[in-house]
Amino acid sequence: MNKLIVAPAPHVHSGDSVRRNMLLVIVALLPAYIMSVVTFGWGALITACISIAACVLFEWLIAKYILKTKPTIGDCSAILTGLLLAFNLPSNLPWWIVVIGALVAIAVGKMSFGGLGQNPFNPALVGRVFLLISFPVQMTTWPLPQGFNGSYVDAATGATPLAAMKQIVKNGNTDLVSQLPDLWDLFIGWMGGSLGEVCALALLVGGVFLICMRVITWHIPVSILATMALFACIGCPEGISAGQYVAYSLLTGGAMLGAFFMATDYVTSPMTGWGKIIFGIGIGLIVMVIRTWGAYPEGMSFAILIMNAVTPLLNMYIRPKRFGEKKK
Amino acid sequence: MKTFHIGGVHPHDNKIYSAHQPITECPLPEKAIIPLVQHIGAPAQPVVEKGQKVKVGELLAKAGGFVSANIHSPFSGTITKIDSTIDAWGMRMPAIFMDVEGNEWLETIDRTPDVVREFNLEPKEIIDRIAEAGIVGLGGACFPTQVKLMPPPGKKAEVLIVNGVECEPYLTCDHQLMLEHGEEIMIGIQLLMRALNIQKAVIGIEKNKPDAIARMQELASKTLGVEVCPLKLKYPQGGEKQLIDACIGRQVPSGALPIEVGAVVDNVATIYAVYEAVQKHKPLISRVMTVTGKSLKKPGNYLVRFGTPLSQVVELAGGVPEDTGKIIGGGPMMGRAMNNIDMPANKRTSGLLFLPESESRRTEPENCIRCGKCVSACPMGLEPYLLAKQAELQMWDEMEHHNVMDCIDCGCCLFTCPSHRPLLDYIRMGKAQVGGIIRARQAAQKK
Repeated sequence: MNKLIVAPAPHVHSGDSVRRNMLLVIVALLPAYIMSVVTFGWGALITACISIAACVLFEWLIAKYILKTKPTIGDCSAILTGLLLAFNLPSNLPWWIVVIGALVAIAVGKMSFGGLGQNPFNPALVGRVFLLISFPVQMTTWPLPQGFNGSYVDAATGATPLAAMKQIVKNGNTDLVSQLPDLWDLFIGWMGGSLGEVCALALLVGGVFLICMRVITWHIPVSILATMALFACIGCPEGISAGQYVAYSLLTGGAMLGAFFMATDYVTSPMTGWGKIIFGIGIGLIVMVIRTWGAYPEGMSFAILIMNAVTPLLNMYIRPKRFGEKKK
Repeated sequence: MKTFHIGGVHPHDNKIYSAHQPITECPLPEKAIIPLVQHIGAPAQPVVEKGQKVKVGELLAKAGGFVSANIHSPFSGTITKIDSTIDAWGMRMPAIFMDVEGNEWLETIDRTPDVVREFNLEPKEIIDRIAEAGIVGLGGACFPTQVKLMPPPGKKAEVLIVNGVECEPYLTCDHQLMLEHGEEIMIGIQLLMRALNIQKAVIGIEKNKPDAIARMQELASKTLGVEVCPLKLKYPQGGEKQLIDACIGRQVPSGALPIEVGAVVDNVATIYAVYEAVQKHKPLISRVMTVTGKSLKKPGNYLVRFGTPLSQVVELAGGVPEDTGKIIGGGPMMGRAMNNIDMPANKRTSGLLFLPESESRRTEPENCIRCGKCVSACPMGLEPYLLAKQAELQMWDEMEHHNVMDCIDCGCCLFTCPSHRPLLDYIRMGKAQVGGIIRARQAAQKK
């Protein structure tokens, strides 16, 4: 008989792992990524590859030479951060800006706090917001849908539907309503925008997949989207029907990507169901406030980062219901 | 179908290996060691001397206090010494050593297979016979059964909850017992209902045992006040508090006993022992245990007398498999890993599980990713990630504030953690510390 192994119970495990969760999220992002390659062509391919490669490389370098710990790139979290960062960038962004974004995401957003699990803010969004503030022109020059017809560097660019919506809401410029793209085009993502955020259909498929695989729960996406819809219903500007405005609000910008993939990041979202719902409502409100009254046409990144900061507080005050707890 | 309302996990049940294997009696050993602590509470005090000859069923040691249990001789033979030994859980404890000679039983014990249905006893008489027979909870906790049957003043039992859940993966002994001795269990239930002076009993069985549900339903339909409650599959449904919640929808408050919500919970094996003690005058000297594992030759359910070396039961099941990496006393979720199998079987050994080497090692832990899966899995509504961190930082007061003493050791948190963090190990350490602090505080208040 071999030497027996002794350890405290339990002696079996569910088989779940960090790597499995990260890989499932990556799989869930694939439909949206394929759609973005179809929509934006080479730009989408190149930007994502650079972003992923840079994130993995920076994490490895920092872990090995600065923190002097065992690199944990095997858990695939750096790949996911790279992919999500790319999803939040315009597909025609110069490669060196992508690399800077990856450096900020990994070095400042993640490794400076001690690596996976320790970061208070979503690393991909830290990278994106840093770029948005540092390179406002490049970060808001949106390529139009072109497939593989155009080239990567000088793609035709134009305003996103969100920019038009901003005009309608803020300046009451109702003439622009007729210029908004068709709802179906918005649903399948035939519009300008960040490379991964455009196809609501594919993001929805991926999000439902994650909920079915129990990687994420429904609380955050549902509360974000419901809050945004409610806000849009109430705050609907003149010259556009409420239903239309709700649909445009949910289908444009980073709403779907943010609700299903960015806000649900394990590390930076609350632990309990009610905590997640409050977190989601907060994001939904802040997005709509920024979209309606803010300087930027889109506020998903800011909304998520602000609520990331509230997460520790939510974890402290919104506790799970204890067994046998008396109703007060 | 009902289940408990907070948390829980779904481990693979792996009952296929030993399910439906008929209960087989294990042959008698030549030498036996009978531990004097086979229950929660004070050790039993020996009443026999070295050199004395005893028969099967004779009292060896008397209960050493209110919470304690008698221990009877499972064999006939000669007492060779009263000394200490290391029991199946690695603890040193007093024990009686004996040479087994023949198989001579006390004449008062009814050894026929006939089912004795009639009884006309007062509650007090039933409780006395249970106490005299040394019966303890055979589900795992080994709490002396008679203590549960005497509610403290001001508390009244309303319902008996019968635990036929067997939620631990791999184990099948309770399942098989219900199939083979359902009728006796039903009589045992009526005895306990009489002892508690109540009119209602609910038998909880998980739906992965449809034949046991059908059998007990058939018997329950002929018995007044007894009903079967089929339950969804979810671990730890066999936990006392979870089972009460699942069957009657009442949650026992933090720190309280089931009697607080009018419930008394007993395992089917315990109830079978009650039947044998009251109707057949047979003390608790043996139990059914599951010996199982993926590579074991003859996994099955064996009737083992206490004091039999576990190695002898293993021989019967085909010997220790070649690829064994870990041997677990009990089930894989809450059982203890053992470092040898020469120890004697006792009232606690509900099973022996052989895990292959490939499944025996824990995976290296990674950073906590704050996914919250442990929080959703915890059946007590605690925050394992937080408690584990507090234990790591020795923040005992904070742990107490976050209800660490509610933890039932079920292992759901560690089972579910994608980062393989040793959550329960830390929580156990914290529980021991906080428990000590609470006891010291109570002692200081008394002064």
